[in-house]
Amino acid sequence: MSDAPLKVLIVDDEAPARRRLRELLDDCAGAMPLVVVGEAASGREAVGLLGSTPTDLVLSDIHMPDMDGIELARHLLKLPVPPVLIFTTAYHEHAIAAFEVHAVDYLMKPVRVQRLLAALEKVPRLKPLTGARLDRLPAAARRFLSVTERSRVVLVPIEDVIYLKAELKYITIRTAEREYLLEESLTKLEEEFGARFVRVHRNCIVARDAIRGFERHVSAEGDAHWEVLLRDVAEALPVSRRQQYIVREIGRGDDV
Amino acid sequence: MRTIINQKADSPALPELRNLGTVLRVLLVVNAVALVAVFARESRWEALADAWVDTAAIVEPHLLVGVLVLYVLAPWLERLPYQTGAVAILGLVLLVTLLLDAALGKLGIDVGPSGLLRHALLSLLLTGVLLGYFYLRARALSPAIAEARLQALQARIRPHFLFNSITAVLSLVRTEPRRAETALEDLADLFRVLMRDNRQLAPLADEVALCRQYLDLEKVRLGERLQVDWHVEKMPGDALVPPLVLQPLLENAVYHGIEPSSGTGVIGVNIFLRRGEVHAILRNPYKFSGNHHGGNKMAVDNIRERLALHFDAEASLESRINRDSYEVHIRMPYRAAQQEDERV
Repeated sequence: MSDAPLKVLIVDDEAPARRRLRELLDDCAGAMPLVVVGEAASGREAVGLLGSTPTDLVLSDIHMPDMDGIELARHLLKLPVPPVLIFTTAYHEHAIAAFEVHAVDYLMKPVRVQRLLAALEKVPRLKPLTGARLDRLPAAARRFLSVTERSRVVLVPIEDVIYLKAELKYITIRTAEREYLLEESLTKLEEEFGARFVRVHRNCIVARDAIRGFERHVSAEGDAHWEVLLRDVAEALPVSRRQQYIVREIGRGDDV
Repeated sequence: MRTIINQKADSPALPELRNLGTVLRVLLVVNAVALVAVFARESRWEALADAWVDTAAIVEPHLLVGVLVLYVLAPWLERLPYQTGAVAILGLVLLVTLLLDAALGKLGIDVGPSGLLRHALLSLLLTGVLLGYFYLRARALSPAIAEARLQALQARIRPHFLFNSITAVLSLVRTEPRRAETALEDLADLFRVLMRDNRQLAPLADEVALCRQYLDLEKVRLGERLQVDWHVEKMPGDALVPPLVLQPLLENAVYHGIEPSSGTGVIGVNIFLRRGEVHAILRNPYKFSGNHHGGNKMAVDNIRERLALHFDAEASLESRINRDSYEVHIRMPYRAAQQEDERV
């Protein structure tokens, strides 16, 4: 066993569940050195804490408001040294079956102290989850996109995103305030968020509710093309010839 | 206890003569038979309307007065054993037919002795057929009532509620043992109701008490996030309702309205009596997001089905989504528990 105590973060939206886990961790402290470095009531809070608190192990509930445990796991991958994550859940449903198949660790609530201790003892040997394994878990669309900035994870709520644009190696996330750089695939993002975005160009998807209207431009050579006008940002994005049908489909071509 | 169909599987019971569903079925069947008779007798299309009017002039008064008499005497008739009751109904219908014909005779529409005999036989035959129909219907539905208990078991209490509650109780054991005791007692009461035979109607006051215990348990778990706004001062506590008609809906309200949000949410419970009907309106915050589970429909369908089994057309369940809330409105006939009724 290593000499430094294991640093544990508890994530659960229900206060009694967090308190219970803390009691059980206290019980385990006699058998192995550990310290509870914090508690969070949602995945979102946990991401905030993890930026400033070095943590070895996250014990996280799955179903939580704001951000669930599986989404939390995805954002943790962006940390320079992702902690080990063990899910706690009261549900016995299809998600659990997927956990079994993909060797994702979990504890059933109510948690037994023996099981918890066994899990804790395994932690130094456990590898952090990988994106590939997480991809196979049944998950709803994320509520946030996450980018790493100065070794911290920054969350961008998906409803703040105005457009996503692929540029060379990165994707630019545009919100009303600023831009972020994301290392993901635009096609996958389009699949994940489905109806929220509409593709206007081979390299760009735009949030439907950010579309203010469309404008037709005729260049000096006489070529005409449409541009999509957006709320909160001044720039207009070109609509490619192949995607021109969306101008009519969204039906706001006459607004401007 | 009165329900549209027999609750004890073995002994048949008379149809509930005051139930809207029964009355509608009687009116429909008799009129349909009369229509068939008119079609069979009259071969000319152009004369059909006249023939129908003639027939209806005789049939409708008999039918309406018959239904009315049975409606008035229903409490007495329904206390009789099945055979005696059936004979009494046949006798009453015969009496109504003869008296009405005599009255019509006084008004100058004399049907004659053969007409009288024909009317008497026809009404006896039709009443017999209807009694047979209701008997078979009750027989067909009584397994459904047994089934309803099973369904009730399945549709209620999500397993996550049980395990999360136990976790919450465990968290109290060391620090607040007394609260832990109360919570365990609530849990025991809740499961006692869940596991018993829920085919019999039970007083509304019991259901509301159960709902309070359930919500107390949820409060241990969810703390300040869950607020409940009770309006039950005008509730008729003695009204008989299907057990677990409200609790599963509250569970839905917590699951869909409170749990998805980290802030405080209010569940509104409003139960009152209006014009002989018990109304229960449950409201919870609701924000559409693709992220949370569906599965609300199952509990609602299950309750709607049980309401129909117990009250037929006299009860309804409507749900609707407002801009930021979800509302369920249940309407049930007000039937007071009688003192001699066995209370569970």
